[in-house]
Amino acid sequence: MTDPSRIRNFSIIAHIDHGKSTLADRLLERTGAITAREMRDQVLDTMDIERERGITIKANAVRIEFVAADGHTYQLNLIDTPGHVDFSYEVSRSLEACEGALLLVDASQGIEAQTLANAYLAIENGLEIIPVLNKIDLPAAEPERVSREMVGVLGGTVDDVIQVSAKTGDGVGELLQAIVDRLPVPHGDRNAPFRAMVFDSYYDTYRGVVSYIRVVDGRVKVHEPVEFMRTGHRVEADDLGIMTPSQVSRKTLAAGDVGYLVTGTKEIEQIRVGDTVTSSVNPASEPLPGYEEPKPMVFSGLFPTDGDDFERLREALDKLRLNDSSLQYVAETSRALGFGFRVGFLGLLHMEIVRERLEREYDLDLVATAPSVEYRAGLTDGTIVEVRSPQDLPPTGKLAYIEEPFVKVMIITPKEFVGVVMELVQQRRGEMGDMTYLTEDRVEIHYTVPLSEIVFDFFDQLKSATRGYASLDYEPNEYRKSDLVRVDILLNNVSVDAFSSIVHRDRAYRYGKAMSERLRKLIPRQLFDVPIQAAIGSRIIARETIKARRKDVTAKCYGGDITRKKKLLAKQKEGKKKMKMVGQVEVPPEAFVAALRIDE
Amino acid sequence: MTVTAEPRRPDDATLADELADTRSVYIHIPFCRRRCPYCDFAVVAAGESRISHRTYVDAVLQDMRSEAPWFAISAINFGGGTPSAVEPGLIAELIRRVRDIADVTTGAEISLEANPEDWTEEFGEALRGAGVNRITFGVQSLDPTILGSLGRTHDATAAIQAISGARHLGFSVGADLIFGTPAESLQSWRATAETTLSAGIDHLSAYGLTVERGTALSREVAAGGPAPDQDDQADKYELTQLLAAQAGLVQYEVSNYARPGHHCIYNLSTWAQGEYLGFGVGAHGHRDAMRYRNVRRIEKYVELVTDGKRPWAGTERSEHHDYRIERLFLGLRRMAGVAVDETVVRFLATSDGQRYLGAGLVEVINERLVVTTPLLTDTVARSVLSLSPDDC
Repeated sequence: MTDPSRIRNFSIIAHIDHGKSTLADRLLERTGAITAREMRDQVLDTMDIERERGITIKANAVRIEFVAADGHTYQLNLIDTPGHVDFSYEVSRSLEACEGALLLVDASQGIEAQTLANAYLAIENGLEIIPVLNKIDLPAAEPERVSREMVGVLGGTVDDVIQVSAKTGDGVGELLQAIVDRLPVPHGDRNAPFRAMVFDSYYDTYRGVVSYIRVVDGRVKVHEPVEFMRTGHRVEADDLGIMTPSQVSRKTLAAGDVGYLVTGTKEIEQIRVGDTVTSSVNPASEPLPGYEEPKPMVFSGLFPTDGDDFERLREALDKLRLNDSSLQYVAETSRALGFGFRVGFLGLLHMEIVRERLEREYDLDLVATAPSVEYRAGLTDGTIVEVRSPQDLPPTGKLAYIEEPFVKVMIITPKEFVGVVMELVQQRRGEMGDMTYLTEDRVEIHYTVPLSEIVFDFFDQLKSATRGYASLDYEPNEYRKSDLVRVDILLNNVSVDAFSSIVHRDRAYRYGKAMSERLRKLIPRQLFDVPIQAAIGSRIIARETIKARRKDVTAKCYGGDITRKKKLLAKQKEGKKKMKMVGQVEVPPEAFVAALRIDE
Repeated sequence: MTVTAEPRRPDDATLADELADTRSVYIHIPFCRRRCPYCDFAVVAAGESRISHRTYVDAVLQDMRSEAPWFAISAINFGGGTPSAVEPGLIAELIRRVRDIADVTTGAEISLEANPEDWTEEFGEALRGAGVNRITFGVQSLDPTILGSLGRTHDATAAIQAISGARHLGFSVGADLIFGTPAESLQSWRATAETTLSAGIDHLSAYGLTVERGTALSREVAAGGPAPDQDDQADKYELTQLLAAQAGLVQYEVSNYARPGHHCIYNLSTWAQGEYLGFGVGAHGHRDAMRYRNVRRIEKYVELVTDGKRPWAGTERSEHHDYRIERLFLGLRRMAGVAVDETVVRFLATSDGQRYLGAGLVEVINERLVVTTPLLTDTVARSVLSLSPDDC
């Protein structure tokens, strides 16, 4: 068992593309945690989606051993965390398992809004921060300027900043030594009753729920009875051990250790990320603090293309939720799409990822509806209703007012883009707060903006308006009254609930027109003319027509064409299968998220 | 008193079905002067290969010899490429070889595709001597601008002269036309169709220009060039139906029209799942519940055959569920449709089947399922192909 004074637990805070996964790869290589043969890029990102997109979604942990300058071997536990704003809850859980963090910043880019937000979060949690400048080998690197920026935010001196190149490995040895020297020894009491925090978990078909834990107090031995304090779930520790990154069984984990715990639990609701696990023989009196129900920001309907898959979708969501406690869902029914779920997500990237995982890992064909934020409708009788889906909006007669969620937005941009950023945020009904200069040419601006205005495509627009230089972070603020209306879409004279959207009144006409046009382009021609109308209540505000299909036949089909033609039709048939019948109209799944891609 | 039987209408249901039992031979002549921008057939343009016509025909003759004996051939069809690009003597040799390996029935259809510019009276005489009784000219258009954009080298005069010359020699004469080239106006198409029909053809194949993968045309379209338009092609298609009917030609398939008695046996047979042997590069065959296709490259073809091997590039079984589905998707291209059987009944019971019946897109007439709007045949075909084996 390692003496706690030889243990350091840390995570890496970084913006996407600032080189976190590459640095993790180098640390593992340098300490011999993995051999050159096992080495591949992004070794800690195990999901296909993570590797393809070059991002980290799930937290992961690895133990590495490092012989420090004092000649002792130290156990360093690296807890890898996601970098995208959608996953800040995952970040906060990981941070709670650590005493320190590396704040990794690209020397050619400078500090970004999200990194800054996460750094503040780490400081609030009492973590020791080591500022690290990455990519110092790049010709465009400006180590002096970016170091000054980091010191401006974190305090300390420029000498505290460690310069590395995760690509070449330069400076990695110095960094490892700094981790040993500067990060605190794990807190916690080895003689107290066993307490550990579950900072992540996943479902394994054979072993059941595998939890990643950080032991805070005491120790746990294999085959000992344990209890998950918030759910009261009592069970035996079948297996426990460390990640190197592959799992290696150990007999004991003790305060300061980071490892995994297998209890053979199959009921996924029993083990919640953020929960505290203790000994059921000698239980701790209090669970660890910090557990929070994550709050979804965006809601979207998910429906199986094939109605028979509803139960499979439920099971898949149940399993995904095990890895992702932020996922929330309730069954819902749509006239157009049948039985499905209204699912809450942390943001748009989270939504895309969940959907992709459901389709890929659970082989489901899904139709997703345009995402919506959660509105609050005040009724004339004084009650307040939560509206997570446009079709839940009560009829105008009963409605006294609608409130929408606002967020506090922080944008960091080079000063030459301040003008375009201001214009962009103003178009999104944003209210400007204060503005501070981080350095002479980089500015931090604060706004209050309706969540619905920034959650969908704002980030892309901000990036393109500032040639990629601006960065963004936001946090929930308050609900405020807004002049909002529901725009309905009628397809073939029938209102399609899945196409409805809540928009600001000033924007309704333009939205209705753009949406009808977009649907006309997305929905293939049918056997008859199909009118598309946009309406507010009974008032039609826009109209388009999908002309009847006139030609759908290949000119030739002779002896030589039969096999090929059969293959072609079979392929087209697959596309047809994905279509959803809405009344008499075949609608492709993309149409249900058309509202997302309206170019205004 | 002699009784002359009325020639049978090409869309006759009995005819459509009985040709399921006929056998045909298809021979591919790949040689062309140049490659047309829209064509994706197995073609050898001038200068693309050192293999001579003689060497190629010898290989085909040898391949025929390795085919198991066959009886009662009702049609021999020469396609291309450009069959008229080779000496008629070579065509004669190939026909003789078919007669060696099989029994060619009396009155069998022996047809050949020809370019109008290749036509001469001697050429016609020689073909007639070889036994050819049917010629189809690749007219495509009579509008010089359109011919140019299709990469064709003949002109309207050559086309009309070829048609009348062939009629004069007693051939059953057909024309292939292409409508809906992006630069073509409705007037241009009307002129082409009317003039070609009034030249006295017995058979018309009118095809909407199709962008096939891997062609020069598809590259132009991918690069932002003008593409054929659905509505334009539909307008021209409907005009063609009208003009052909006025000229006394009966539509019997999506793209085919014939004077009674002049239907194409070979084609009707393939749409009825009849068997055919395919010889030459890129040719396809169907025999004993197996469909096969030959290699497309002429060097490879000659090499394989010379080594005593069959020149197949691939085969697939066509049986059980697939075969029953295939009967519908091929047969529904015909105006005669398909006889109602269990598969048809199951199809009509599906939600798509019900929808199409309701919209009048398909009908059951005289116990046959027909597609009322041939231009939407693939809409129906995709639904037919979606039937699962459990459904039928």
